[in-house]
Amino acid sequence: MSDPALTRLGAAALADAMRAGDVSAREVVDAHLDRIATHDGVDASGDVWRALPADRLGPDDLHAFLVVTAAAARERADDVDRRRRAGEDLGPLAGVPLALKDVLTLRGVPTTCGSRMLEGWEPPYDATVTRRLHDADVIILGKTNMDEFAMGSSTENSAFGPTRNPWDLDRVPGGSSGGSAAAVAAGMAPLGIGTDTGGSIRQPAAFTGLVGAKPTYGAVSRHGLVAFASSLDQAGPFARDVTDAALLQSVLQGHDPHDATSDPTAPSDLLATLRDGVAGLRIGVVTELEDAGCEPGVRQVFLDALDLLERLGARIERVSLPHAAYGLPAYYLVAPAEASSNLARFDGVRYGNRVDAPTAETMNAATRAAGFGPEVRRRIMIGTHALSSGYVDAYYLQAARVRTLIARDYAAAFADVDVLVSPTTPTVPFRLGERTDDPLAMYRSDVATVPASLAGIPALSVPAGLAPAEDGSAPLPVGLQVMAPLREDARTYRVAFALEQALALDPDPAAHGGPRLLGGGGAR
Amino acid sequence: MAQGPIGQDDVRHVATLARLDLDEAEVVALTPQLAEILAYAEQVGEVAADDVEPMTHPLGLVDVLRDDVPAPGLAADAVLAAAPEVQEGRFAVPRIVEEDA
Amino acid sequence: MSGRAEDREAARDVTPWLEGYELVVGLEVHVELSTVTKMWCGCPTTFGDEPNTNVCAVCSGQPGALPVPNRRAVHDATLLGLALGGTIAPRCRFHRKNYFYPDLAKNYQISQYDVPLVTEGRLEVEVERDGVVGTEVVGIERLHMEEDTGKSLHLGATGRLHGADRSAIDYNRSGVPLLEIVSHPDVRDPETAQAYLRELQAIVRTLGVSDARMEEGSIRCDANVSVRRPGAPLGTRCEIKNLNSVRSLGRAIRFEAQRQAQLLDDGGTVVMETRHWDEEAGVTRTLRRKESVTDYRYFPDPDLVEMTTTPEAVERIRAELPELPAAARARLADAGVPRAQAATVLAGGMLGLLDAAVGAGATAPAVANWLAGEVTGQLAARSSTLDASGLTGEHLAELVALVDEGTLSATMAKQVLTGVLDAGGADGPRAVAAAQGLEQIGDDDALGAVIDEVVAANAEAVAAVRGGNDRAIGALVGQVMRATQGRADPKRTNELLRAAIQASGD
Repeated sequence: MSDPALTRLGAAALADAMRAGDVSAREVVDAHLDRIATHDGVDASGDVWRALPADRLGPDDLHAFLVVTAAAARERADDVDRRRRAGEDLGPLAGVPLALKDVLTLRGVPTTCGSRMLEGWEPPYDATVTRRLHDADVIILGKTNMDEFAMGSSTENSAFGPTRNPWDLDRVPGGSSGGSAAAVAAGMAPLGIGTDTGGSIRQPAAFTGLVGAKPTYGAVSRHGLVAFASSLDQAGPFARDVTDAALLQSVLQGHDPHDATSDPTAPSDLLATLRDGVAGLRIGVVTELEDAGCEPGVRQVFLDALDLLERLGARIERVSLPHAAYGLPAYYLVAPAEASSNLARFDGVRYGNRVDAPTAETMNAATRAAGFGPEVRRRIMIGTHALSSGYVDAYYLQAARVRTLIARDYAAAFADVDVLVSPTTPTVPFRLGERTDDPLAMYRSDVATVPASLAGIPALSVPAGLAPAEDGSAPLPVGLQVMAPLREDARTYRVAFALEQALALDPDPAAHGGPRLLGGGGAR
Repeated sequence: MAQGPIGQDDVRHVATLARLDLDEAEVVALTPQLAEILAYAEQVGEVAADDVEPMTHPLGLVDVLRDDVPAPGLAADAVLAAAPEVQEGRFAVPRIVEEDA
Repeated sequence: MSGRAEDREAARDVTPWLEGYELVVGLEVHVELSTVTKMWCGCPTTFGDEPNTNVCAVCSGQPGALPVPNRRAVHDATLLGLALGGTIAPRCRFHRKNYFYPDLAKNYQISQYDVPLVTEGRLEVEVERDGVVGTEVVGIERLHMEEDTGKSLHLGATGRLHGADRSAIDYNRSGVPLLEIVSHPDVRDPETAQAYLRELQAIVRTLGVSDARMEEGSIRCDANVSVRRPGAPLGTRCEIKNLNSVRSLGRAIRFEAQRQAQLLDDGGTVVMETRHWDEEAGVTRTLRRKESVTDYRYFPDPDLVEMTTTPEAVERIRAELPELPAAARARLADAGVPRAQAATVLAGGMLGLLDAAVGAGATAPAVANWLAGEVTGQLAARSSTLDASGLTGEHLAELVALVDEGTLSATMAKQVLTGVLDAGGADGPRAVAAAQGLEQIGDDDALGAVIDEVVAANAEAVAAVRGGNDRAIGALVGQVMRATQGRADPKRTNELLRAAIQASGD
């Protein structure tokens, strides 16, 4: 099997090929490392590859990875192969490579969260997500680029320079998990892990033509996930098809005693109902999110997808979430408020960078001003203000009350329908630099994804088609968001799978006029 | 808000609370940005929600506790290795001026 | 009639040594729980280990680490709340108190805010003033759970915060479960404040929830002090910190009240501030003004979920309450134990041992005498604790019996106690006494032989006794005691001497 072919295969197919003995885990890992070495802009010498500094990256370098643990990945692959030869029973994703967002700790490997603040920090412990991946013999290739501390919607807020979108190298891959999304879309890994606070998995999945899921809050442990907003953060999968995403979420989810907000109830079986189809399913279209500033192209793809689902037997209904319009304002109070407290620990005392000053207080303040980028500083300021005396009731607490109302809206809607859908994003991927000077415009990328985050419900983005940007471009991916009641993640996968099978889109950008990154170009 | 839009003095005060050493140029640049974001966020005030309980946790879990049983920690060296400055097995900082809360 | 009653009321409102002012004090006490592990992680809570050796990702504030509350700590806090007669909140949760300080690993402290675990308790304390014992009731506003901070060591010339050029942090104490108990401003004199602190100490020790050692900081007390003219609204208060003993609590309150009264008399005003008690100088000094009060930006900790306590759970925990010090005090008084000794026994957590000794046949006053006196003294001398000593109720009962039955003199019994403690409780008093040859010579034949020798060797004294100089017998008894190295029973020696002298004259 040739290397480019290996990087076109999905996780399930690779796992099958490895199980059948057609290919070794080592060959699979090497093929993906080759792609990273060729296309990502890394210094591929030594055991641990580093991303090139932003000013040395070429115009075609994706910059999806910040660090690639090449030697460790090869070692693990050899270990998987050895154990397979010995007849050991290995997990369904054993030997499959994965790109891990640099916000989850991996012991002894630099974890930066896309920030200068943490440059050089090597966590002394593994995140539960990392441990579960290791236990499943999934092979972590490295840590991926992201908006600093997961604050952003384009990956342009990374202190180490932006990641490019494999569909159009002048456009953003979305964010904050843009590095993992770009890596998977470009065939550098069949699987990726992102984290989603207000849309940071779903929006980049939509922007890069991937399946990306934010599980029910509490389904995946946050232990070792460097917190942005604790009541919203959830890690979840990126994959090029629904089955792979379901397989990966199945590995990630489950109760963790190290996280007091982890759900102790048994997680839903995502695979059992995957192929049940949508016949007879009641699908609600959220009117408030359908009309939320959508580009005509995005809107058309969404309507076409609804028609297709209807033809597959689903009943489409319009549903109102009266408070959804307040989701984004509420989110931009709750998330920064929690962040302002979560990020207080970065003070130059215990880890990370320090800017020297004569007193502890001035050292803290100088370290934090120098270590955090502009967007992080902005959100810390908003959040601190939202919690401060005299404002906390009107800002933070009022936003938390609105959150209750949004959760109630969802509960009421789910009394009538099985799932809710909306476009994942109002637009196709925008150009690098297009929104960096307008924070509010950037925040509006999250308008459709934020309400589900606030309610804690599962939400997934699945490719629904392609549309050109309004400023003129080749066709770019458009995502459809599927939302389900708390703990009913399986329903989102079921609807996504039905749509995916009916659409039969090729996930390769080159098949649609994009750069030839996946190494192929033809139909599947 | 009754207080009106956030001003430069407010920004300086918030920066002190957040322990961020912002220079004057940044205070000037940040003030209108924060004012714009807050004006947008203040829409939450349009919702009548006085009798609504603020939501702090999506699942409504209660009583998540652990038994009082020791678990392995980290070696002092492993924790201190990341510190910018160490003295005699402790995390060292420049002199502390303010008193403890 | 009514006028005179008002006068009496007014007179009572004036603190005698404050010349026209009334003292008003509220107390904030912090108690470290003696759980095995910390509040949010499985690290040990042991005191005095090498710096940063009892830490993990959670208590050293590593990015991504999450707190999970300690069930035992919540239980112990509830138990103490019930012991103080408080109401347990059916639902409560943890908030984050945000402030920057290097010893605070996350730069926020997990604490409780609008709904504490316990509200509205009370503590009845015995206060002794000029030899007269009275009872005072101090209301408790709230008891809430939080976590302790790490410890800052100030390096440099003085070792104190001021003048240090670097500080160094040890996170071993970071995350140790801490209870904050806030009293109403019900305290009207230093003696009541001291009694309140001692009583809390006795209660938490009785419950076994804390060792409450002020010198190790496992119980700490701040005092909010103000003065006012009788009947006037509450005056401006100052918070006094760095009170390292029950004695300094009393001294600091007295000093601060006099300072404020003097200030007001001189036409000044009291400024709300935090003041530091300087034990050596015996004065309080401004630490920081409250105008610059920190904005703690409390909000519910999103890493933690609500805690509930059902009425059934409250009753289950209430049923665990042991006899509390006030009840024990009453019981000991009824059993004839002097008040001071009872106080020592209770404060020292020795009631269980006393009851065990009584169960083994000793009388309460005899055992209390031992515990409050020699046992306390000897343990202090060897810097040991009761728990570590191995001393049991059986040991004490045996010791009392050995003295009562005349086998041991009081002096010898003390030596035997030393032996028991030396052996860590492995050998009981009888065994120790036997091994050290400390029993009194109970055998008349053995004693008689010594007496015969003494009588033979001291003809002059013998003659004197026989001649009617009864005091001369004392010297002879002394000779016998010397010869037996104190093991002779003085009374029996006296009797046998007289008999021997009588016999030698016949």
